[in-house]
Amino acid sequence: MGTVNVSREYTLKEKIYVIALFQGMILTLKRFIDGFFFRKHYTIMYPEQKRNYSQNFRGMHFISVDENKTENCTACYLCQTVCPAECITIVAEERNPATNSYGVRKEKRPLSFDIEALKCCFCGFCEEACPMDAIKLSRNYELSVTSRQEAVYDLKHLKREVKGRG
Amino acid sequence: MDTFILIEIVAKIVFVFAVCLGVVPLLVWFERRGSAWIQGRVGPNRVGPFGLIQPVADVAKFFFKEFWTPANANKWYYHLAPIFALVAPMAAMTIIPFGSHLVIGDYIINLQVARVDSGVLFILAFAGLEVYPIIIAGWSSNNKYSILGALRGASQIISYEISMGLALLSILLVYGTFDLHKMVEWQNQRFFGFLPAWGVLVNPIGALIFWVSTFAETNRLPFDLPEGDSEIVAGYHLEYGAMKFALFFMAEYVAMIMASALMCTLFFGGYNLLPGMHALVDLIVSVHGFAEAGRQNATAILQFLSFFLKVSFFMVVMIWVRWTLPRFRFDQVVNLGWKILFPLALCNVVIVSIVMYSMN
Ligand code: SF4
Ligand code: SF4
Repeated sequence: MGTVNVSREYTLKEKIYVIALFQGMILTLKRFIDGFFFRKHYTIMYPEQKRNYSQNFRGMHFISVDENKTENCTACYLCQTVCPAECITIVAEERNPATNSYGVRKEKRPLSFDIEALKCCFCGFCEEACPMDAIKLSRNYELSVTSRQEAVYDLKHLKREVKGRG
Repeated sequence: MDTFILIEIVAKIVFVFAVCLGVVPLLVWFERRGSAWIQGRVGPNRVGPFGLIQPVADVAKFFFKEFWTPANANKWYYHLAPIFALVAPMAAMTIIPFGSHLVIGDYIINLQVARVDSGVLFILAFAGLEVYPIIIAGWSSNNKYSILGALRGASQIISYEISMGLALLSILLVYGTFDLHKMVEWQNQRFFGFLPAWGVLVNPIGALIFWVSTFAETNRLPFDLPEGDSEIVAGYHLEYGAMKFALFFMAEYVAMIMASALMCTLFFGGYNLLPGMHALVDLIVSVHGFAEAGRQNATAILQFLSFFLKVSFFMVVMIWVRWTLPRFRFDQVVNLGWKILFPLALCNVVIVSIVMYSMN
């Protein structure tokens, strides 16, 4: 099969083209008047206005805390294991049994919990894997930093009191 | 040489170039904001009031970019092309009359940098030069996209030069002169006592052909095939960066100003006062009680103003068309040039010559 040439007969009006040209010009003039006199635009003026993303948006992680502001994470390493980008690094530690009011519920705690945001692909697997609903992905998408080192977020930074998706 | 004449010439040159280059940033600003308004966007609005300083910031950025030359480029031609691109339309600006004359003491100052008797030939010479920067830039950068852009540009500009030349010829037959100043004076008469005798009313087809051809000559959309960003990246100026690119960019706008000024001079009454401005001159003269010289000076200033307004109108139309029409396909461009505009222009020349012959 060679090329199938799909074409149709053009009417004289279409062939002259100038008419269509003026129609188009009038259309753009209307848009121009809309924009110039009535300030009509669809642009979101970003730093002042922000786009309202859906609740399903996966942005920067945070670690949820309980009523005593203790992190819910029990350093079970499930998120670190599941992470396809291997960007989570946890160092676990035992809570002091003498002062631990949670008992068996929170025997371990993360001594450090680092997420390298530059490696992360925001797949949300860590959130799925977490048995404590500790690690969650927020809707924060403003993640610009000025050096690589700043993109490594530690426990202090991640621990936030947020309800839902923040 | 008389010192006064020397000062006069230098002042005129400085004035013309300053106005040209001063209008370019405004035009760039309007192109960007105007396109934004048309497309329901906002456009650059952060730098300065209404974003007016944005083009200045852009140029400052261009100055600080790396001055980079491709390894296998032909250095001499590579650096020549952007200069050429800017100089050709700038030089053509010198023969555009932007007012009749000023009277200072005993001196009469013609408001035209160079009064060339064969003005139209001068224009054709410089319009012909506009194809060289494209070819030189495309060839010397040693890049296949550049050379494709250059080939497209060359074929397009040369084909449209023919219809542009024929349209010019048809209007020359009407005016019977090569001198742009005289042409404008010819258009100062009135038809039926009220209609200004603009070339466009005498020769509308010539005006249309000329206008379409200038679009092709200045590589503006819908004829921006040499650039064709979606097909050949940026065409002939693909390998140019920093200030060299800015020169090409500025050249495009200077060429736009040149084309609009030419369109205005040839077909829309040049610097002749816009309808209704005569009353304004009378008013100014009566308020200040000017004598003959003062009246002439007031007229000249208003003439410059009307010329400026007319030229701005055409520049706005160029921008308006750019954001209305998509780019033509190459065969459409060549068909339009050779199969429609060329025969039409030829017929127009024949008809105009018959009419002019039978009228004399
Ligand atoms: S979102 Fe995906 S890539 Fe990022 S830390 Fe969680 S599991 Fe790893
Ligand atoms: S965040 Fe959740 S999955 Fe990751 S170590 Fe802590 S408890 Fe386990």
